[in-house]
Amino acid sequence: MTKTSAGKPFPWHILFFLGPGLLIYFSVSVYPLLDTLRLSFFHESSDGSLAFAGLANFTKLLFDVVWSEPFWNATWNNLVFFFIHMLVQNPIGLLLAVLLSSPKLRLSGTYRTLIFMPTMLSVVIIGFVWQLLLSPLWGITENFMWNLGLEDYFDAWLGKESSALVTLAFISVWQFVGIPMMLIYAALLSIPDELSDASVVDGANPWQAFFYIKLPLILPTIGMVSILTFVANFNAFELVYTIKGALAGPNYSTDIMGTLFYRTFFGFQLQEGSLTMGAAVATLMFLVILLGVALYLFFFQRRIKRFQL
Amino acid sequence: MKNTQMQKATKTIATLAAGFALASTSFSAFSADKLVIESWRAEDTKIWSDIIIPAFNKSNPDIEVVFAPVPTSSYDSALNAKLKAGTAGDLITCRPFDVSLSLYNKGNLTSLNDLPGLASFSDVARSAWITDDGKNTFCLPMASVIHGYIYNKEIFKELKLEVPKTESDFFKVLATIKSESRYTPLVMGTADQWEAATMGYQNFGPNYWKGEQGRKNVISGQEKLSDSQYVKTFEHLAKWAPYMGRSYQSQKYSDSQNLFTLGRGAIYPAGSWEINGFNAQADFEFGAFYPPVPEGQDTCYISDHTDIAMGLNANSKNKKSAKVFLNWMASSEFAELYSNQLPGFFSLSKHAIDLKDPVAQEFLSWRGQCKQTIRNSYQILSRGEPNLENVLWNTSVGVLNGTMTPKEAADKTQASLVNWYKPQQ
Repeated sequence: MTKTSAGKPFPWHILFFLGPGLLIYFSVSVYPLLDTLRLSFFHESSDGSLAFAGLANFTKLLFDVVWSEPFWNATWNNLVFFFIHMLVQNPIGLLLAVLLSSPKLRLSGTYRTLIFMPTMLSVVIIGFVWQLLLSPLWGITENFMWNLGLEDYFDAWLGKESSALVTLAFISVWQFVGIPMMLIYAALLSIPDELSDASVVDGANPWQAFFYIKLPLILPTIGMVSILTFVANFNAFELVYTIKGALAGPNYSTDIMGTLFYRTFFGFQLQEGSLTMGAAVATLMFLVILLGVALYLFFFQRRIKRFQL
Repeated sequence: MKNTQMQKATKTIATLAAGFALASTSFSAFSADKLVIESWRAEDTKIWSDIIIPAFNKSNPDIEVVFAPVPTSSYDSALNAKLKAGTAGDLITCRPFDVSLSLYNKGNLTSLNDLPGLASFSDVARSAWITDDGKNTFCLPMASVIHGYIYNKEIFKELKLEVPKTESDFFKVLATIKSESRYTPLVMGTADQWEAATMGYQNFGPNYWKGEQGRKNVISGQEKLSDSQYVKTFEHLAKWAPYMGRSYQSQKYSDSQNLFTLGRGAIYPAGSWEINGFNAQADFEFGAFYPPVPEGQDTCYISDHTDIAMGLNANSKNKKSAKVFLNWMASSEFAELYSNQLPGFFSLSKHAIDLKDPVAQEFLSWRGQCKQTIRNSYQILSRGEPNLENVLWNTSVGVLNGTMTPKEAADKTQASLVNWYKPQQ
């Protein structure tokens, strides 16, 4: 024991290598998060001074109907937004990945780049382009649908209470489908050819080879994609803000946690922003995400079988 | 050897630090007379930088002024964030009433009571930027905007239409445009929401609630926002929907502006602030009319809204220069420049100004014919939760989109007020 304490000098090099990263992580991520948690327990008076208020902000947010109604509405909309991504974005991403990894496909590099491209574009551009495309005044969608004989189904989707949120979700799916595709594609590529060859020799058809050989092997990646989607969707904000503004109309039908937070924290038009209520909304967002990730880790991650390839 | 290297390194660092310190001090010395104006009027950038600021620099060449606007919709949030971080400009464009009042109460704006230039403004002009006890004025009034309707004169001539004076005339005109031409009768959308409330509800509404009388009665609690005159306002608004052109639900503010200036629409529910943009974009003649009165009503009411003022950042390092600039903004030179360069923004100062733009003159002439009021949600009534202005946007859009009946909308606005406003409880 004395030998270790005396013989080994303090491992300065570890601190040296970890230091810069930790410093950045603490200053731009951990500290703001903790300070937000702290702020959410305070109340801001009209002269700008802060006073400790306990759980008042949270009881207000969850039980005062003026706040709870928008809050649950935003939570629900956010869930819808998330489920659309899970049901549309990730299966399509999986499908594209499988198609791309097929050795018979030509120009797969081109497709990969093209499909991944929107992910790298700014949301402002995506929002602007899609608004123009879908605009009943100047857009091309109506003509396009007319050519297909579907003109009766065209509508001002982005403007209607019933369809605005779903339309926004689809735009977001279009933009981000490249991410699950890339991740799953990489996982598929890492499966050794011998495994699929062996299954073919054993008499498996392509469906069986996919469902019994490949899918189990990429399941951990699909799980990771799901949790990434969850976190990204509950932090989403830019697309709704770009297209519908911070009031997320019509009638708050596109209001998600991000826009609710923005309105609360920064204020809107004549509505004053509140530092502390904003912090409370942000804290609840954090808790929702934490809960989601915890459930995932507990029920899914632990049960996944991993295979040594 | 090791030591000398160490010394060398220390020396380098010391030099660098000294350099930084020097750079920052020289920077602050340089910026001593540089004023930055925070504004939401991005459209006016050219006029400020090419005309107004050079005019100021003629008499004050050693004060550099920079006009730094952000888009309207993010102004308040951006400004708040900058004020909290201490990076906001020296001069802050003030929204009317409570938004600026709260900035003053938080110590972000300075009281301007000792500013000689304030004498050029009447009490009414100052009323939007004064503390509740009337003791402190915290922004220098700049301009008001008047609501009304802008119409395409060529389309009116083509269809042989008269400018409507009463409500039934108004809807007859709309019906004629709809049945006899392919023009959009009423150019407005609900995608951005605010037009529905500002150019709809607040535009013709004063005719129903009798302008100032109704506005003050709601503040004192004698009238409710669910009373018949407010239901009637929403009923009138609901009648607009069939004339608003196809798919108005996803038509944005800029879409509406483009539709009208391209000559594809006949009547544009407007604020006078549109004049400048329309002058630049439209190649046809356009005119304006005030909100048509309900049948049998003689008095017309217009929304003449004290809209814009200029305040002084309490943490500004250049207060002296800023006050020089503010005093200049109170001069007749500025009033004349501003009103004529930005037709549709009517100077609030006492100076007599010669307006050159015919449409702006038309708007201004209504002050003599109609009674004036301001938007009823701006003073006091938007202080609580839920915010009345936001509720009005939401309900006005609901009524236009047909997802809310006028009665429901009126009840909802009243309920939002009852929720926090004592005189209404």
